[in-house]
Formats: sequence, structure tokens, C-alpha cells
Amino acid sequence: MRGSISGKRTKVFLTLSRVICYIVLVLLTLLCVFSFYFLLVNASRPHAEIMSEFSLVPGNYFFKNLSTLLADENIPLIRGLLNSLFISACTAALTTYFSAMTAYGIFAYNFKFKRTAFTFIMLIMMVPTQVSALGFVQLVTKMGMMDTFYPLILPSIAAPIVFYYMKSYMESVLPLEIVEAARVDGSNEFKTFNRIVLPIIKPAIAVQAIFSFVTSWNNYFTPSLIINSANNKTIPILIYQLRSADYMKFDLGQVYIMIFVAIIPLLIIYIFLSKYIIRGLTLGSVKG
Amino acid sequence: MSPKTGGNKIKSVSYAKWGYIFIAPFFIVFIIFQLIPLISTFYNSFFENYRVGLQQIGPNFVGFNNYAAIITDGELPKFALNTIVIWIVGFIPQILVAMLLAVWFTSYRLKLKCQPFFKTVIYMPNLIMASAFAMLFFMLFSPVGPINQMLTLWGVMDEPILFFDTTLTTRGIIGFMNFLMWFGNTTILLMAGIMGIDQSLFESAQIDGAKPLQVFFRVTLPLLMPILVYVLITALIGGIQMFDVPQVLTKALGTPDRTSMTLIMYLNRLLTSKDYGLSGAVSVMIFIVTAILSVFVYKSLMRNNKMPKEKGLVQKKAKVKTFKDDAQCEEVQA
Repeated sequence: MRGSISGKRTKVFLTLSRVICYIVLVLLTLLCVFSFYFLLVNASRPHAEIMSEFSLVPGNYFFKNLSTLLADENIPLIRGLLNSLFISACTAALTTYFSAMTAYGIFAYNFKFKRTAFTFIMLIMMVPTQVSALGFVQLVTKMGMMDTFYPLILPSIAAPIVFYYMKSYMESVLPLEIVEAARVDGSNEFKTFNRIVLPIIKPAIAVQAIFSFVTSWNNYFTPSLIINSANNKTIPILIYQLRSADYMKFDLGQVYIMIFVAIIPLLIIYIFLSKYIIRGLTLGSVKG
Repeated sequence: MSPKTGGNKIKSVSYAKWGYIFIAPFFIVFIIFQLIPLISTFYNSFFENYRVGLQQIGPNFVGFNNYAAIITDGELPKFALNTIVIWIVGFIPQILVAMLLAVWFTSYRLKLKCQPFFKTVIYMPNLIMASAFAMLFFMLFSPVGPINQMLTLWGVMDEPILFFDTTLTTRGIIGFMNFLMWFGNTTILLMAGIMGIDQSLFESAQIDGAKPLQVFFRVTLPLLMPILVYVLITALIGGIQMFDVPQVLTKALGTPDRTSMTLIMYLNRLLTSKDYGLSGAVSVMIFIVTAILSVFVYKSLMRNNKMPKEKGLVQKKAKVKTFKDDAQCEEVQA
């Protein structure tokens, strides 16, 4: 008798806790998406309507806003998208390839300064690049690379966090016997790395390529110090340009559509890849 | 293949040089684009070197004067305090909500459905371009933005609220955005931490009659400490780098009255006005703080890497980490 009552009580308690959990989760979901919903609504309405009234229903002005923005010569949107795309793609390719290479060097070989090199990379891992920005800008000026893409791409070859991720991944999936076997078969070390190691660590490369692409795509601090000319501007710089101009003079539909273009394509890609991204997140971090 | 490998001396072949070749690009690029700039930043911090109008002052060696200047004129302490306050406003809800969600998602009692969906949604803001996200929030909270329109429409307010004219709301919005961008990421890290805890500990606690809250405070929390420290320190380092959101929201001014000006915004202002002496000094101060914090991150990451080298029980623990599904090993640890 008593047992069944307390059993019932736990069941009610459990259902109640679940209901609370779902309510909190739904509220957090709303918190995460409300801004993007407003973005969609206002990106599809004309300026006058955005200014005068509140709406929860998207309008039909989306393509009109988009074409006005594309026609605006002060905001080289397409050029900006291409610049951002180029820089981010190059960064993703270089950072994953060279980080895997560095990780493989530390993982697969024994040499005198191996431990020192590893400790060094781990120590500098968290030091933000902003602290050397002054010297970086001076150096880039001296090298004559101001207002070019090189200083935004090349430094990504040395990426300690990506390195650490790759090394952790190799430790869990890459048996050194395979490398030995390749050696016996007469494969040279670079060939072994390119033909055998890289395909094995493909999942790690994919995850890190996504992350470094996004980081580079979103980066604002460094490009804002390096890029001057309108033709070389990346999307974050164009966004800031919108803000620094007197925004009240702008067509607000245009401002919203600009933000839309900066955010939504990446968001859609994320939704398709989210399973891999979220799974990949925890691979390289500390375990409890 | 190197000529050494020929003949019958295969066993004595050293591949050491390949190790150096493979790590060389990293170190060459690091030295050129980070180490040399860092050293020259240090060097610059000891010189007076700026412009007044068209006139160039310096570079003249001034010792620690630049450091004294940024501290005594109150700018560095003020902006450091701003950064910390805004960081705390975002971090406290972030860690609390992330902890709650991580416990819920991993709870075998609750067995929540739709987890992949919720995880996808809460992690989403982390990938958004921070500058565009800030621009969006600036538009949403502007006097003619939808938030104010909503408030006046529903009669909550008669006049639109000037969110970016008061310190409280400006800092609040920046903190809120930081919370939104990072709580999903923290949730996923903490979940991984909780799932790394030996499940039999939870089971035996339940058999002993522990209530969910007791299990959390006596089992989960203590075992999660290392990962919490890691989350805290990395979040702190991330907080010091806070830039995009307040820069775009306040148009680089840190309005109102520079109460939302962060350290990196200050650095950016000095860099764009070409005051190399002061920006050098600010960089060095930020470097020292982040370098100290980095040592903690290093220690928490190296705990995993060093374990196999030590002896006894520790080694067995390390084994459990590598072969999670090996039930025998887990029993040894328990």
C-alpha cells in the first residue's frame, strides 16, 4: 500500500520535473531565436513600415531590399562576401593542414626537443593574438603587406588550439603500426602523412575546418587594422561601416538585409552540419 | 627516403629529423607573425611615440612612463573594471544555466526528448558573427526598433527606452549577448565532463538513497571541478578579449561616458590613433594577465597528457580515460 503511494508520488514528481525542464528549454530556445526571427521580419519590410509599426509577420519586400542593397555603391556587398569567403577558405585549408602536420610531427617522431616544443605550444595556446597586434601591424607595414589578404591568412598556419585537437585525435585513432607498415613498404614520410595519415584523421580535419572557417569569417579585430581599401573589405568591416555612418540616414530595410546576409547563410550551413559540429566540440577539450 | 635507410641498418635509422621538418612550418610562422610582433610590442612600450596633429613625437626612450601614464590617468583601471563587470554580468547566468542544462541532458532519470534539437539551438548563437549580432541587437533595441515598438504597443511604456544611453542597460545588453553566445558551448563542455564521470558512482549514490540535489552537490560537482576550472579560466581569457560586441554597439566609443569601453576597445583606439607607446604598454599588461591565466589552462590540459607517465593508481585512471568501454578498468577505478 505505502509502496504504491510513494511510487505514484515519484512518478508525479518526475512528470512535473520534466514539464519544468521542457518549459525552461523552450524559453531558452525562444531567447536564442527571437532576434533572428525579428531579423527575418524586418529584412522583408520596407523602411517606412519598419519605422512606424511593430510586426511579427514577415513582409514581401525582401528581394526589393536586397536589390537596393546590391545597387548601393557605398557598400560593396558581393565583393565583401567574396573577400570573406576567400580569406576564410584559405585559412581553413592552411590551418587544418599545417596543424595536422605539426601534430603528426610531435605524435609520430621522437626527437630531442619534442617535449619542449609540445610544452611551448601548450603554453602559448591561450595567449590572445590581440596582445601582439601593435608589433603585427608594424611588421606587416614593413613587409609591404598592408591592405592585402596575406596577413589575414598566413598566420593561421600556427594555430595551437587546432594543433592540440589534431594531436588528441591522433592519439585516439592513429596506430603507429600503420606508419611503420608504410615505411616498410618504402613510402616516404611526407607521402605517408598525405596519403595515409590525413585520410584517417579526416573527421578531425572536417570539424576544425568548419571552426576555423567560421572564426575567420567572423573575425573583425585583425582585418579592421589591416584592410583600408573598399575593394578589400570583409563582411564584418562592412557591418561596422553601417554602424559608424549615421544609421538614421539609412534605409533600415537595407541595414537589416545586410545583417541578414552576414548571418543567415552560415546559420543554414550550421543547421545541416550541427550534428558533426556539436559532436566534434568536446573531442579536444579536457575530460573530467 | 634518406640514404641512411639503405642497406641492413634499418633498426638504427633515426626519423628525428622528420619530426623537426614536420613542426618547422608552425614554428617559423609563429616566430614571424607572433613572437617577433610580441617582442616589438614590448620594445615599443618603453618609448614615447605618438602624433599630435601633424607633429610626430618620439620615439624617445621613457622607461616605464607609459605604464605609469595608463595607470595614473585612470584609463586602464577603469576599462579593466568595465570589462570585468560586463564579463560577470554574462558569465554568472551562463555558468548557472549551462550547469542546469548539462545535468538535465545527462540525467538518466529525466530522459529528455528532442535533445539534438535543443543542443543545436542553444549552440547556434556561438557561431554567429559577433559584429553582425551586435548590429542586429543595436537595431532591435534602438528607439524605433521592434523591442521598443513592442513595449509601447502593449502599453508597458509610454516613451521608448533609450537602452544605449544608460550604463545599466548598455552593460546589461552586452552581458546578455555574451551569455547567449556562450551558454550553449559551456553546456556541451560540461555535459562531456558529466558523461566522463563513472556512471556506477551515480548508481551507488542512488542505491544509498541520495536525493537528486545531494547527488549533484556531493558527486557531480566535486568530480566536475577540474572542468569547471577550465571553463572558468578560458571564459575569463575570452572575456578579456571582449571587443566586437561593445565596439559595434557603442560605435567604438564605449558610451555612455565610456562605461562600456573594454580593454581591447581601448587598445584598438590607441592603435588606430597611432599612439604606439601607450598601446604597447596596454598590450603588455593584457599579455601578462592572459599569460598567468594560460598557465592554469596549461596545467588543466596537461593533467590528461602527463598521467600515463606516472605510476600506480593514477596510471589505471588514465587507462580508464582511454578505454572507456573497458568495464574491468572502470571497476578498478571505482
